[in-house]
Amino acid sequence: MSSVNTSHVKTAAAVLEEAPLVQGGLTFSGITEKISGITEKKTPQLWWLLFGIALSGTLVLAGSIGWLFYEGTGIWGLNNPVGWGWAIVNFVFWVGIGHAGTLISAILFLLRQKWRTAINRFAEAMTIVAVICAGIFPAIHVGRIWVVYYMFPVPNQMEMWPNFRSPLLWDVFAVGTYFTVSFLFWFVGLVPDLATFRDRAVSKVKKAVFGVLAMGWRWGNRQWKHYELAYLMLAGLATPLVLSVHSVVSTDFATSLVPGWHTTIFPPYFVAGAIFSGFGMVLTLAIIARRVFNLENLITVDHLEKMNKVILVTGSMVGYSYIMEFFIAWYSGNIYEVFAFINRGFGNYAWAYWIMFTCNVITPQLFWFRKFRRSIPIMFTLSIFVNIGMWFERFVITVTSLSRDFLPSSWDYYSPTIWDIMTFVGSFGLFFTLFLLFLRFLPLIAMSEVKGVTPEADPHHYDHGHAHADAHQGGAA
Amino acid sequence: MKTHGMIAAFENPAVLLTAAARVRDAGYQHFDCHSPFPIHGMDDAMGLKRSPVGYIVGGMAALGATIGFGLQTWVTTSAYPLVISGKPMFSWQAYIIITFALFVLFGAFGAVIGMFRLNRLPRLHHPIFYSELIAKASDDGFLISIEADDARFDEEQTRAFLASIGGTNIELVRGEG
Repeated sequence: MSSVNTSHVKTAAAVLEEAPLVQGGLTFSGITEKISGITEKKTPQLWWLLFGIALSGTLVLAGSIGWLFYEGTGIWGLNNPVGWGWAIVNFVFWVGIGHAGTLISAILFLLRQKWRTAINRFAEAMTIVAVICAGIFPAIHVGRIWVVYYMFPVPNQMEMWPNFRSPLLWDVFAVGTYFTVSFLFWFVGLVPDLATFRDRAVSKVKKAVFGVLAMGWRWGNRQWKHYELAYLMLAGLATPLVLSVHSVVSTDFATSLVPGWHTTIFPPYFVAGAIFSGFGMVLTLAIIARRVFNLENLITVDHLEKMNKVILVTGSMVGYSYIMEFFIAWYSGNIYEVFAFINRGFGNYAWAYWIMFTCNVITPQLFWFRKFRRSIPIMFTLSIFVNIGMWFERFVITVTSLSRDFLPSSWDYYSPTIWDIMTFVGSFGLFFTLFLLFLRFLPLIAMSEVKGVTPEADPHHYDHGHAHADAHQGGAA
Repeated sequence: MKTHGMIAAFENPAVLLTAAARVRDAGYQHFDCHSPFPIHGMDDAMGLKRSPVGYIVGGMAALGATIGFGLQTWVTTSAYPLVISGKPMFSWQAYIIITFALFVLFGAFGAVIGMFRLNRLPRLHHPIFYSELIAKASDDGFLISIEADDARFDEEQTRAFLASIGGTNIELVRGEG
């Protein structure tokens, strides 16, 4: 940086000038107190209330799955052309939500987006929990649950092996890898914060538990050296993984010949939708968490505005895909393809299509305006719309195409049964149960990383003249 | 009681960075700088080489990709050959996804296990934890520790040296284990 002349540095500093990532003048120990304090206080009654509701939901899920195992997939609303109903819709929905966490932690890390530190920890936790919810659906959907291990290349007495040319098997590997890598990434990020919890622990149980989980972290730079490079490598590995997982999920559809599925636009279209829905869910949870735990200085309106920009971009990409699908259907000249899309927009399921279109394409356009991007009630409402819209997107794709396939004599209308609904509602119960446990017992904001992006963490902050320090941060940090 | 070493606190990351370079220049080998977050430029100040984690990740990732591609080839051409949609037995294009997934999976395990092994972790105890000061590093402390098994370590001289480079709260760390 020293070779750059001063006037240049000054302009660069002026351009880069942004509101600080941490507001309210929090010091290093202020950050530690704030985040650790959340888990050290007495459990709030609100937490018990929410946990009770979430746990009831989990029991509903367990009950629905129990009945499914006893009775079989006949309890669902599946019929002959529509062999993939809510189970697959919910699977894609939850996997999609699970994309934001690793995107925030890996891609934004490689892009040096320092604002990610405020939200990455709980976005990653959300990812892990969402992928757990997602994983349940294909597993229970197999029908003969006792042979579910056929999905994995397990040597067996029949010398049978799975079909490695099937996208359904690619999915097992892609989602399995995604879960494992996200979990490892999350755990590595947690280690320094777990060590802080270990050093602050008062009770014997906490000392022992955090003592083991912190792996013996000693804060030394000889450890940080390996740690930082390992974290960077994980980010590098996770980045293509994030983009590949939903691409693979989309091949479940795209490699079939069903009209409306057999298109090459699916992988990028699914990835954009996944990031869109994931950010929607992170935003919903972030708005609640910052209010409940008074984190307004750490998760600032600037952070939320940045997420809204991502939602606007990815929402517009999704909207472009919806329109492009119609164009390609017309341009292909294939009558089955043309029919599939006219049927989506104006057939039996038109109501679902237009709910999807409104929530995913029209309402996010409000985020073009700064005022709406910074308004908490607006963004909270829109973030929920995003997730409604994205659930309907998967429903529209799965059900409209299947219910009107090549053979008109087999056409049928699909409606869910009470068990479909209870399984879906129950999966939200599981999601919130696990997420609330995370909020209660683990540091929900990456303390060490937030400290690392404050101006006081940069040795050049203490030099004479702050313009130089700022420019250095922007250029080489 | 065995002496483990000596530890001192420094005011802020900048002071720690300068002090680390002074410790290195004084010829100490067995010392470490403890901070709540990694400090930019500290590796150079301490005279540390780049971490070899990258090679472990590369090796593991290559192993994962080989296993992935090899398993699929073996299964579809020899262990359980089935004709599916008229595709050739060796349809390498279809193997790419799983090969990639295992590349990433093994690489990630390489990064995590490699990092912990290089740091000699997990470890349930370390003599440095007998120090009163060390817990400060998990909050807002910037510390330098010098181990007693360093050839240049001498209780009096090291104490005076740490004080001369800006160290405060200098503490002799004693304990078994």
